[in-house]
Amino acid sequence: MSGESTLEGWGRLPVPGRELLSANLEEATRGAVLSRGLGRSYGDSSLPAEPGDKVVGTRLADRVLAFDAASGVLRAEAGLSIAALNRLFVPRGFFPPVTPGTQFVTLGGMVASDVHGKNHHRDGCVGPHVRALRVRLASDDVVECSPTVEPELFWGCVGGMGLLGHILEVELVLQPISSPWIVQDTERVGNIDEYLAALEERAGQWPMTMGWIDCLSRGAALGRGLLMAGRWATPEESHHRPARGLPEVTLPVELPNWTLNRFTASAFNAVFWRQLLWRQRHQRLTPYEPFFYPLDAILHWNRGYGSRGFTQYQCVLPRAAGPQAVRELLETLSELGAASPLCVIKDCGPEGKGLLSFPLEGTSVAVDMAVTPDIQRVVDRLNALVISAGGRIYLTKDRFTRAEDFRAMEPRLDAFLALREKWDPARRLRSAQSVRIFGDKA
Amino acid sequence: MKAVVLGGTSGMGRELARLLAQRGEQLFLLGSHEEALEKSAADLAARHPAQERPGHARCDLEHPEQFAAALDAADAALGGFDTVVVTAAMFATQDELEADPELARRLATVNFANTVTFCEHARKRLLARGGGQLVVFSSVAGDRGRKPVAIYGASKAGLSAYLEGLDHKFHAAGLSVLCVKPGFVKTGMTAGLKPPPFAGEPEQVAARVLRAMDRHRPVVYAPAAWSVVMQVIRRLPRFVMRRINF
Repeated sequence: MSGESTLEGWGRLPVPGRELLSANLEEATRGAVLSRGLGRSYGDSSLPAEPGDKVVGTRLADRVLAFDAASGVLRAEAGLSIAALNRLFVPRGFFPPVTPGTQFVTLGGMVASDVHGKNHHRDGCVGPHVRALRVRLASDDVVECSPTVEPELFWGCVGGMGLLGHILEVELVLQPISSPWIVQDTERVGNIDEYLAALEERAGQWPMTMGWIDCLSRGAALGRGLLMAGRWATPEESHHRPARGLPEVTLPVELPNWTLNRFTASAFNAVFWRQLLWRQRHQRLTPYEPFFYPLDAILHWNRGYGSRGFTQYQCVLPRAAGPQAVRELLETLSELGAASPLCVIKDCGPEGKGLLSFPLEGTSVAVDMAVTPDIQRVVDRLNALVISAGGRIYLTKDRFTRAEDFRAMEPRLDAFLALREKWDPARRLRSAQSVRIFGDKA
Repeated sequence: MKAVVLGGTSGMGRELARLLAQRGEQLFLLGSHEEALEKSAADLAARHPAQERPGHARCDLEHPEQFAAALDAADAALGGFDTVVVTAAMFATQDELEADPELARRLATVNFANTVTFCEHARKRLLARGGGQLVVFSSVAGDRGRKPVAIYGASKAGLSAYLEGLDHKFHAAGLSVLCVKPGFVKTGMTAGLKPPPFAGEPEQVAARVLRAMDRHRPVVYAPAAWSVVMQVIRRLPRFVMRRINF
C-alpha cells in the first residue's frame, strides 16, 4: 500500500519514516537502528534520522513474563504500557515505583528516558528500581545486564535514549500500595519564593509533590500557582467503592493554531487559579488516575496546539543556583511570551546513576510552547540561562537544543560517548535526536 | 467455557485469550513456536494468578499432520473442550504474492485448505459431544475480489464460504459457528502497511468478538465500521472496482 508514511513525537512535527510494529522484539530488532514505544517523547528522541532507518515499534510486545507477589518483582516485555500495568496490578495492590505524568508510556521507553515522577525527591528515577534488562546491542548480540552484570552497560541504557541497545525485556520492582486512593493536599501559593519554600517544606512530609504555576503572572504575583502533595490513602481512609478510571474523551480534531493565545491562556489560568474558590488550602481523597495522570483524560490533547505542533521545554536548575535562578527563568518565559498557560514545577532529589539521567538536586520546570517561527531563539535564550545556572535540559522533551549547548550542560557527556564507542563504535543505533545532539552521521 | 485457541500468542488472538482468561475461562494455547507459547502462557498466568496456568502444544497450520494430536492434547488437558478459536493465518502483500507463486501456493494452502482441515478435526470433536462453538478469523478481504488483496482475499473468501456452509449444516446439531471478519487491524501482521481510515486496535476487535461469541452470532465485522464499508464495496459495479485501488 502506498502513501507517504510519517512518524511523529508527542509534540507532532512529523518526519518521513515508518515503524515496524512487532510482537516479537527479539526477531524484529535484528538490524534495527532504533526502538520506539508509544511515541510520547515530545521531540525527536523516537524519530528516525533518515526515512529508511529501521525503527521498531514495541507496543505489541506486551507480555508479562513473571510476577512475584511476595517481592513485587515484575518481568515483562518492553512494550507493556503503564496503563496496562496499572489496570492489572493496582487491583492487586501494586503500583510502578516511579511513574511519569502519563500512563501511555512503555516500560522500555520509561527506562530509556529514566523517567521521574512526583516522588523523585524521595525515590529517585525509575532506574534504581530496575533489576535487570534484556538488551539487543548494536552488534546484534542479545545480553542481560543489571546493576551487577555489565553494570556500565546497564547504567548507560538507563536514560540512554535507546542509543546503547534495544530494550527487549525489563525487570522492575513494583511498590505495594495500601489502596488505589490518594490523599491529596492542594494549596494556593501567591508567588515563586513562597512556592519554592512550600515545596521544600512539603517534600519532608509527603512522598509525592508537584505544582502548577501560572506562567503568565508577573511582578509580585510571578510564580503564583497551586502546590499539590499526595500520599497513598490507608484502607480505612479510602472509599470502599473502586477508584473509578478517567473518563475517556478524545480531542477528535486538530484545533486551529490560534486556539491557545495569550488571551485564552490568561482566561484559563484565572479560572484555574480560582478552582479552590475561597479556600487557601484543602485536602481530599482522589482516585490515583486523576492525581498522577490529569491530562490522560483527554486522549490526543496534543491536537490542541494545532497543525504547527509544539514542544516542551523542561530543565532542572540546581539547588545551589538558588530561587533567583528559577525566578529569572520564569521572568524570561513571561517576557518572551512564548509559554503555554501552565508550567509544571517539581523539586528533584539527588542525581541518579543513569549516565544521561535528567534530574539533579534542585528544581525542575516544564512548560509547553507552540512551535512558532521564533522557537529556536526562545530555546537558545532559555538554554543560556540554564547553562549559567549549572542546570540541564531533558532530552525526552527536546527538539531544539543545539549540540554545543547540550555539551555545555552535560559534564557526563564524554563518559556516555565513550560507552557508545565501546558498544557501538560505528554508531549504528541512532535517532534524529542523536544526529542533532551527539553529532551522529545523518 | 473450555477453549482451545490456535494463534493466541499474538495479535487479535492474544487479546481475545486475555479477555477469556480475565473472565475465568479455561484455556489451552496452540501455536507454531514453542517459545512464543511458553511466554504467552506465562503472560496469562501472571495476569490472572487465580486461574490455572493454560497448557500449550505445538500446532502449525503448515503441518496438517499435527492437527489431530494437538487437539487431543488440548482435550486431555482441559477435560473436554467446548470452544475452538482459530486466529492464526498467513499474510503477505499482493506484490509479494505476485512475485513468488510458491508463496501464493503456501498462503492459499494455509489460509484455506489447512484451516478447513483443522476446523474439520475440531468440529467433529465438538459435534461428538453434542455441540460447542467454533470461532474462526476470516477477513473482510474475502467479501469481494479486490486489487490489493486478490490472492489473500481469495483464500479468505473460500474460508468464509466454508464457515457459512458449516453453520447452515450443523446449527441444528448444536454447533455454533462464528466467522470473524476483521478489517485492517494494527497488529504485527499488518506491520509496514499504512493504516487506512477505520483501522482498529486488537483489544477493540477482541472485545467485539467476545460479545458476538456470547450472543452466538454467525458473522461479526470488527471494527464495526467495516460492516458498512463492506456493504458499500460489495455493491460497487465492476467498472468502478477496475478503476479504484481499494
